[in-house]
Amino acid sequence: MAKLALRGVVKRFGDATVCDGIDLDVEEGQMVCLIGASGGGKSTLLRCINLLEVIEDGEIRLDGEDITVPGLDPQTVRSRIGMVFQSYNLFPHMTALENALLAPRLVKGQNSESDRQEIEGLFVRFGLADRMGNYPDQLSGGQQQRVAIVRALAMRPDVMLFDEITSALDPQLVGEVLDVLLQLKAEGMTMILATHEMEFARQAADKVCFLKDGKIIEEGPPSTLFTAPREADTQAFLARAIK
Amino acid sequence: MTTPKAAGLTRRQQYEAAQRRRSTLIAATSTALVVAAIIILVPMTPGWEKVQRSFFNGQTFVDTFPKLLDAFKINVMIFLWSAPAIAILGLLIALARDTKSPALFPLRIFGAAFTDIFRGIPVILTVYLIGFGIPGLGLPRPWNSPYIWGSLALILTYAAYVAEIFRSGIDSVHHSQRSAALSLGLSERQVTRYVVLPQAIRNVVPAQMNMLIALQKDVSLLSFIGPVEIFRQAGVFKSLLANFTPYVGAAIIFLIVTIPATRYADYLMAKQRKERR
Repeated sequence: MAKLALRGVVKRFGDATVCDGIDLDVEEGQMVCLIGASGGGKSTLLRCINLLEVIEDGEIRLDGEDITVPGLDPQTVRSRIGMVFQSYNLFPHMTALENALLAPRLVKGQNSESDRQEIEGLFVRFGLADRMGNYPDQLSGGQQQRVAIVRALAMRPDVMLFDEITSALDPQLVGEVLDVLLQLKAEGMTMILATHEMEFARQAADKVCFLKDGKIIEEGPPSTLFTAPREADTQAFLARAIK
Repeated sequence: MTTPKAAGLTRRQQYEAAQRRRSTLIAATSTALVVAAIIILVPMTPGWEKVQRSFFNGQTFVDTFPKLLDAFKINVMIFLWSAPAIAILGLLIALARDTKSPALFPLRIFGAAFTDIFRGIPVILTVYLIGFGIPGLGLPRPWNSPYIWGSLALILTYAAYVAEIFRSGIDSVHHSQRSAALSLGLSERQVTRYVVLPQAIRNVVPAQMNMLIALQKDVSLLSFIGPVEIFRQAGVFKSLLANFTPYVGAAIIFLIVTIPATRYADYLMAKQRKERR
């Protein structure tokens, strides 16, 4: 059984159909990369999986359980699915550590010293040990994004969603964030990335999906999708994206 | 010919220093001219002697100032209990207006009606209506006190304005903050309480400072329904001594409080603008 299974997911904003019947299976421990031009529906799809957007049709199953049943409390689902955003979205009035402690404390009631040490351990693991006491505006973009990842991991999610998390970063800071993703993959985290980092997707992804106009045009392992794309749209996109 | 290198300054620094000296000199000269013109010209007006006697009478000023200061304590008192009540009520109304829960729909309507009504009526009218109207119900002492109902009038009026400022603060927090907090599993209420409000309140501190300054002055409106605060006290002296100097004394006391407060609010605004950039 797939860890995460999408069937016929449809999302509209007014007249615009942003996700147009998307099917996708993500196995436990897989890293799936969504590629495609902006406006193709990558970000919206991730927001749908995290129930930040309500889908019009179709279903999304997490461990076989339909999480898009109308009336279901989104809170319990969201605490199992972590999400990291392009613009970091750290809470500016809290230190890096407070950012990460907030949700475990409020949602899971984790307030003990050992809970705290465990989360501090995440900062140490991702090279942020000396940044825990800093406020977001005292951190570089790369550090902020790594803190955002730690904040999501602090909830011990089953699945992590990454929405173009390196797109707002200076080129020399992209590497440190991508390294974190490789580390997570090595630890067996199930991940979905919307990304423009083609080289990274080619090297690290287990599966790559090319989205256009709200549809998955083509999907497959990076070795075939990048070297021998079948669809004309995919070929055109890759020709422009990889120079 | 070479210019001497003063204390190792670069050419640019020397030039800027010279410019600064020039600006200071021009500003000082023009200020001196304006002040001199006022000092020389104003006493030449035909009514100056009379105005000086009735508004700037030194002896009257010295005689009445301590009593005015005493009366000002009443202003401060009314201010001190009204301000926290305004902050709390204003915040509650702002939250009521933004509530999404259908069960709280009446609250939302109430919040909207409240702000419309109390922003739409002149403060003095609200003070009259509540300050005279409610004690007119024949309530027993101390519940007929103009202090209570006058303060309530101020609290209601100011809460309406303060609520709107809080709402603009809530709007100023980017929606991506809400998304991020929701994605971590927080409930709507937790998102508001722990993520949105702390940022919103911080964003509107300077604007609310200005409301506090305005409130400090409007406390004087309660004089119309009874309390002998500073404005009323100055009026009593005016009638007693047939001299307007007590009003000038009262104005000076207000300025002693409001000028530093205004400066501080401006400082906070400037600081915030700098941080946003």
